[in-house]
Amino acid sequence: MSTSTKIFIPRDTASLSMGGDEVASKIEEIAQKEKKEVTIIRNGSWGMSWLEPLIEIEIEGHRVAYGPISETDIIDLFKADFLNGGSHFLKLGNTKDIPYLKNQQRWTFRKCGLIDPISIDDYIKNKGFSGLGIALKKGSDYVLKELEKSGLRGRGGAGFPTAIKWQTVANAEGAQKYITCNADEGDSGTFSDRILMESDPLALIEGMTIAGLTVGANKGYIYLRSEYPNAYEILNSAINTAKEHNWLGKNIQSSGFDFEIDIHIGGGSYVCGEETAMLESLEGKAGMIRFKPPLPAIEGLFGKPTVVNNVVTLASVPDIIDQGGPAYSAYGVNRSKGTLAFQLSGNVKQGGLVEIAFGITLRELIEQWGGGTASGKPVYAVQVGGPLGAYFPDSLLDTPLDYEAFAAKDGMVGHGGIVVFDDTADMAIQARFAMEFCSIESCGKCTPCRIGSTRGVEVIDRIISNDNREKNIDLLNDLCETMIDGSLCAMGGMTPFPVKSALQYFPKDFKPEIE
Amino acid sequence: MIHKYDEKIALDIINQVGAKPEMLVQILRAFVVKFSFISESAIRLIAKEVNLSRAEIHGTVSFYHDFRTTKAGDKVIKICQSEACQAMGSRQLTLHAEEMLGIKLHETSENNAYSLEPIYCLGNCALSPAIMIDEKVYGKVDTKRFNQIVDHKE
Repeated sequence: MSTSTKIFIPRDTASLSMGGDEVASKIEEIAQKEKKEVTIIRNGSWGMSWLEPLIEIEIEGHRVAYGPISETDIIDLFKADFLNGGSHFLKLGNTKDIPYLKNQQRWTFRKCGLIDPISIDDYIKNKGFSGLGIALKKGSDYVLKELEKSGLRGRGGAGFPTAIKWQTVANAEGAQKYITCNADEGDSGTFSDRILMESDPLALIEGMTIAGLTVGANKGYIYLRSEYPNAYEILNSAINTAKEHNWLGKNIQSSGFDFEIDIHIGGGSYVCGEETAMLESLEGKAGMIRFKPPLPAIEGLFGKPTVVNNVVTLASVPDIIDQGGPAYSAYGVNRSKGTLAFQLSGNVKQGGLVEIAFGITLRELIEQWGGGTASGKPVYAVQVGGPLGAYFPDSLLDTPLDYEAFAAKDGMVGHGGIVVFDDTADMAIQARFAMEFCSIESCGKCTPCRIGSTRGVEVIDRIISNDNREKNIDLLNDLCETMIDGSLCAMGGMTPFPVKSALQYFPKDFKPEIE
Repeated sequence: MIHKYDEKIALDIINQVGAKPEMLVQILRAFVVKFSFISESAIRLIAKEVNLSRAEIHGTVSFYHDFRTTKAGDKVIKICQSEACQAMGSRQLTLHAEEMLGIKLHETSENNAYSLEPIYCLGNCALSPAIMIDEKVYGKVDTKRFNQIVDHKE
């Protein structure tokens, strides 16, 4: 065969963190030496992080996967004739048949891994910009109606109905409005925004453009955390490519609609993921949260009506417009419609991204996808929804992932992060960390959060060291109530959830060392 | 590459990013990328150029973890301290790093070779524990791999 063999090697952070770049150069080097013609495509990630770098060879229209590959496997792979799908202990078979992927319900992440993230051709070939095309033709009211039918709620964690938010901004008076994308994905155990931005950034760009068209905004900002330099590079290239092809900028595809997007990088502050703190930071200031009301939809960035949406929310919109709202709401349960990209991490054998309809239980995800703990020890505690989410014990693992079902158990689905701990974890230490993290990251505007978190660390220390134990447990519960009721935002208002759940479900961890 | 503070370069950065108060966070970020820290002279210059008081700039600088006010080591090693990495041994890894480099978190070694910093999530949680050296992320870093990465970097 004279044609060149296509090899896909992901360029997302997970792949790079395990040597993706080194693998790519090694393959190139050996191929040259062996006079094999190869074309290396740096695709995004399929989200099977534990298999990264997961490389694929295109053979007769199929993609055959091998992984996880390290630089030292390459010579061996060539010997096994992997370019023709040869057997090797790292061979995983056809990518689309890998159960981890096959059993998902991909919507927002359907192009992740499949395409070169900055190729407009790849994007359009896979129905990219088809949603925007429809929106440009049918207009704002049509988009709002389909969004409402879809039941899409904010994927950043708060779960606010997207249609209502957009409608509010669309109705607000004012010549200048803004679309802001909250890409400050700071919750531990969450990486779906990162995977989306690194694997299919044009979907985010398309979603923001549809938002702009719908509410009457010509300017968008992506507020990206500084911890994601690779996402920045890819997003930036994608924005430039979109501009070159007139999918951003003036008179988009001769529609008369103008839209531009700037990226702002954060300064390593967790609280800037709170929407009003993010707006302050976008205005160049310290990320002190604002009182609400006024809602950002009425008075947001620079005092103008502003849409603030998470990456995954915005990137879900193009296909909702293309396929119609009911196609999306066909997934999910109760008031949690559609799919969520869950992220399995921590002490789990097969960590990665699982996009699936709401309603699946935690246990199903951890066992069927996660394959249990990495250490092989029993699952002890599971934190869902980031550092402000409750710690669930084994007895709550059958809770279905549904916004309301989780809230009923004092937990939160949040942004879909699932962090697994085995039985070596000490939940008193984790509770202490929750308070400590709040004291490090509090913006300082309100007292319950600013002072309460520091006092919280001290009280937990006293409980652990058996100093006036019963009284200090009462005091801690009291402090938690004050923080929940008296804090201005979720930082202080939800830090008590991991603390209280640790105390409630893992009381023996709070026992003094010397009895 | 980190440059020594230079007012001409600094001015260029301010003008490139935009000499407006709303660009302050972006200017400070660009300064940290270029000079590794925000010096007193940098604050004076920014205050003058974007027309804000030095106190306002100080307030913003001290709010954000990224905006350090002391020179960073040649290699900045950030170890994730968040829950997913904790579940896979980041606390032990941090102790190991502190011992190996002879510095605690937030410190810079005397020969200025290393700075050790905590970081709260690198988004590489499925391959924890994760660390970042300069702008590169490494996954599944146990103590052995940490030694390899750090030695290799020297």
